[in-house]
Amino acid sequence: MRDLTLAMRRRTDVLTTLFFFIIVVSLFPLGAGTEKMILMKIAPGVAWVAALLASMLALERLFASDFADGTLEQMLLTPQPIFILVLGKIFAHWLLTGLPLVFIAPLVGLQYYLPDEAVITMMLALLLGTPVLSLIGAIGAALTLGLRGGGILLSLLILPLYIPIMIYGAGVVSASATGTTDLQAYFSILSGFLILALVLSPMATAAALRISVE
Amino acid sequence: MSINWFKYSAPTTFYPLAGKMIPWFGWLTAILMIGGLYLGFFETPDRLSDQKEYYRIIYIHVGAAWMSMWLYVVLAAWALAGLVFQTRLSYMMAAAIAPTGAIATFLALWTGAFWGKTSWGTWWDWDPRMTSELILLFLYMGYMALQSAIDDPRRADRASALLALVGLVCVPVIFWSVNCPDPNECAALHQTSRPGGGNMDPNILWAMLITALAFWMYSFYVILIRVRGIILERERHTTWVNEILENKR
Repeated sequence: MRDLTLAMRRRTDVLTTLFFFIIVVSLFPLGAGTEKMILMKIAPGVAWVAALLASMLALERLFASDFADGTLEQMLLTPQPIFILVLGKIFAHWLLTGLPLVFIAPLVGLQYYLPDEAVITMMLALLLGTPVLSLIGAIGAALTLGLRGGGILLSLLILPLYIPIMIYGAGVVSASATGTTDLQAYFSILSGFLILALVLSPMATAAALRISVE
Repeated sequence: MSINWFKYSAPTTFYPLAGKMIPWFGWLTAILMIGGLYLGFFETPDRLSDQKEYYRIIYIHVGAAWMSMWLYVVLAAWALAGLVFQTRLSYMMAAAIAPTGAIATFLALWTGAFWGKTSWGTWWDWDPRMTSELILLFLYMGYMALQSAIDDPRRADRASALLALVGLVCVPVIFWSVNCPDPNECAALHQTSRPGGGNMDPNILWAMLITALAFWMYSFYVILIRVRGIILERERHTTWVNEILENKR
């Protein structure tokens, strides 16, 4: 909760992430040409890459300010299990960076001439996929806490691990745009990732925090 | 009889042991490599199915590719051992394995590119196996980058060990997802080449296996040399290291 209040007072942070996403998505048509067929083809991939980058950019702030003023150390000393605390922070992070992307997705659909069903699919896929991004990213954020050049290092560590989510997240949108295959399997896999990450990531993040803080 | 499992987990006892093992692995590497290459170049037909001489890249390519994957598992195993038993040597082994693994991965990609150029007519293709290998290279790079970015060796060891384990959990998922981007039709891998299957000459297979074994021995050889270097560097304040250095003089 505290994170949410803090973030609400600094609204620009949330908006920066959102606008970063919009700008990246808008740049691709300018670079790749505005032909309708091409745009429809690359839309899912572009949207997901932009989502990946946007979520990663905000990761650095996940633990950094608490680490800088010593709050994090105090949190680790509290009797509550750390992974609940970590889970709370990750959830707040997702509400601020992941959820807005879900709601902005129709704009991408407009820009890239996607059919309506594909837009709805994309929103669903983002809804399932972005929490996983936050969860995996938290491990990296905890590991790189307080290092020089932490941001660029973070991308090196985390982006390879994002690949499966991107493949299926983009895959389901493409599939629904062409409307040939069954979408059920994609959603099952994405939810599977979410459950797996939900169980494993907070523990790994807690362990990483202990290593970084001590 | 009780065995002291941890006898060689102390750098003090492991350092001389490694020193004794290094020449053995060095000779094994040389013998196996020369033997395998001789078998591969002079005792085999000039053609493998429809491929001509250039199929001989297989002797480097397969060995490097196998080592690249196997070494990542070994690295993660040492990382786990380090986190569980808190032994310094485990972390040193993990750190020593990473560069060799990265080089093996790079070698597999590089020779694969040459092979691809000659047999498929393209340097690179987004084939699942190649993509997986590329991602593996990224993972090695991430591990080494994290290790070198942290100044405190204790924190560097433990943080990168955790990263290696997270990577190990993700690797099967990544490879699987690269292999079947469409979950509805994920029955077969794109390449179905099995050792021994098809019309491969037995001598080619033997040469391939022997060179792969040579790569394995080479990995032991280089990793042991590197871990000795790391031990000396990390333990340079201790008396036994200083004694060794004194005797060298």
